[in-house]
Amino acid sequence: MSPALRRPRAWLPSGRTMVIAVPFVFLLVFFMVPFAAVLKISFSDVQMSVPPYTHIAEFKDGVLRVVLNFAHYGEVLSNPLYIGAYGYSIWVAGLTTLICLLIGYPACYLIARADPARRNLLMMAVMLPFWTSYLIRVYAWIGLLKNQGLVNSFLLWAHLIDAPLKLYHNNVGLLIGMVYNYLPYLMLPLYAQLLKLDTRLLEAAGNLGARPWQAFCTITLPLSTRAIVSSCLLVFIPAVGEYVIPEILGGSNSLMVGRVMWDDFFVNADWPTASAATGCMVLLLLLPMAWFQRLQRRELEAR
Amino acid sequence: MIRRRPWIGNTYLGLVFLFLYVPTAIVVFYSFNESSLVSVWTGFSFKWYAALTTDEELTSAAWASLQIAVATAFSSVFIGTWAGFVLNRYRHFRGSTLFTAMINAPLVIPEVIQGISLLLLFVGLLEAFGWPPRGMFTIWIGHTMLCVSYVAITVVARLGGMDKSLDEAAANLGATPLRVFLDITLPLISQALISGWLLSFTISIDDVLMTAFLSGPDSTLLPIVVFSRVRLGLNPEVNALGSLFILAVAIGVVVNNHLMLRRQRRRDQDMALAYNQGRDLKDDDPGS
Repeated sequence: MSPALRRPRAWLPSGRTMVIAVPFVFLLVFFMVPFAAVLKISFSDVQMSVPPYTHIAEFKDGVLRVVLNFAHYGEVLSNPLYIGAYGYSIWVAGLTTLICLLIGYPACYLIARADPARRNLLMMAVMLPFWTSYLIRVYAWIGLLKNQGLVNSFLLWAHLIDAPLKLYHNNVGLLIGMVYNYLPYLMLPLYAQLLKLDTRLLEAAGNLGARPWQAFCTITLPLSTRAIVSSCLLVFIPAVGEYVIPEILGGSNSLMVGRVMWDDFFVNADWPTASAATGCMVLLLLLPMAWFQRLQRRELEAR
Repeated sequence: MIRRRPWIGNTYLGLVFLFLYVPTAIVVFYSFNESSLVSVWTGFSFKWYAALTTDEELTSAAWASLQIAVATAFSSVFIGTWAGFVLNRYRHFRGSTLFTAMINAPLVIPEVIQGISLLLLFVGLLEAFGWPPRGMFTIWIGHTMLCVSYVAITVVARLGGMDKSLDEAAANLGATPLRVFLDITLPLISQALISGWLLSFTISIDDVLMTAFLSGPDSTLLPIVVFSRVRLGLNPEVNALGSLFILAVAIGVVVNNHLMLRRQRRRDQDMALAYNQGRDLKDDDPGS
């Protein structure tokens, strides 16, 4: 910072504090405080009223009564519906991340190695679908995947199959939709990292007699590990809570957490249990989120 | 290996792009289908676009969504830029770790969590203070929370690549910090602001979860209407609507690219001009 900006003026310290405080307070109120609300309601009880829960603290005749109901956490942690939903969500999110990585990494690698004019264009083409409506992009797959859809029609026409494959309203459709939507999220940070990679290292390795795959395994892969982890987390964490894609393309009997929570809220009006489920989900994702946070912070400081 | 046989790489990339683009192409193609059976082509027609304009439910929802999206885009850019600026300029202050976490976490946190927690906050506020009722206002705040982080991250990236000496020069010439920000910093990061604005707009206009949690009885937005129809399967009107979205994005991209190229060209010209003037001055100077 310049000396001029550092010159002590009477208003400067407070000005700096004010500048920091405005976005800080905004995020605090609308991001952190809501979690306190979730925590509070997860300890309350269901009640037929508006809003549909009891108060956990009551101040009456000079006595403060705090009633914490842990039953909803017990319910979430013992009910096979919830456990199954958490397990299934993690399975779907994990598989989505893996497939995205298997498709996205080679693509990023190839794009990063293309000549500059071409690679900007290619990367823009990767990001472009990301700008169109997410709902429409998910919806588009129905026309491709259903029994009389284009994929099946094509395979039948080519005599590769005799009867239409079931691709829609099951795990296949769900995974295709998930991979399709999350692929750009994975590719962007990965591409940025691969672009920064010093190609002279690869040339040196080549000159020293390393075969291309050896150079890849000993140089490219280790140098892009951090980007791989952070872009995988960028896919995995939101994918666990995905609601729209399984609702449109997935099967009706395999429920992800997002759907269970939605049903608790809107169908059963059981807010405390939904809050407890939310709390458990936050706990579940806390570790990957802390990991992501650490990588992001390091990225920020590297600048 | 790949360098020696480029067709392997090219075929691979071609397949990836096929995967990325075929679905949207299909939507556009079938939006012109005359048949109401979506996957059977019977003839070319604009009738689903016409049906779109007379669909009362859809048009009123679209209008409401448009208002929310524009409001969200402005508020997200305002707060996101501010937050990004703080993140870039004052790296270490008390609570900076928490601040960074609050910027980064919304990028990954499942929307269903954010939706439920914000809803519970608003319900609690309504109970305590009688305000705000669930509706346009709460949706606006919710959508802003979805977009702020994206804007902040974009701004941080842009500020990180910026030449700080310009700011310092302005400050040395006596500009107040606010002047420096408005006259120097803001124009330099304008590209980030525009993309942040557009991204916030697109996130807002088809967000299902946050909207569903935060909307009240009187606020039916476009994503909710579209989602409830799409759930039932293919729908020719949704094809037409989707094609309009795609058209809007295509126009946006072309215009933005054009403007960017023009600005780049003008900057190059200005630089060449400045260089030539500088050289002329130097030539005229007898001392050199």
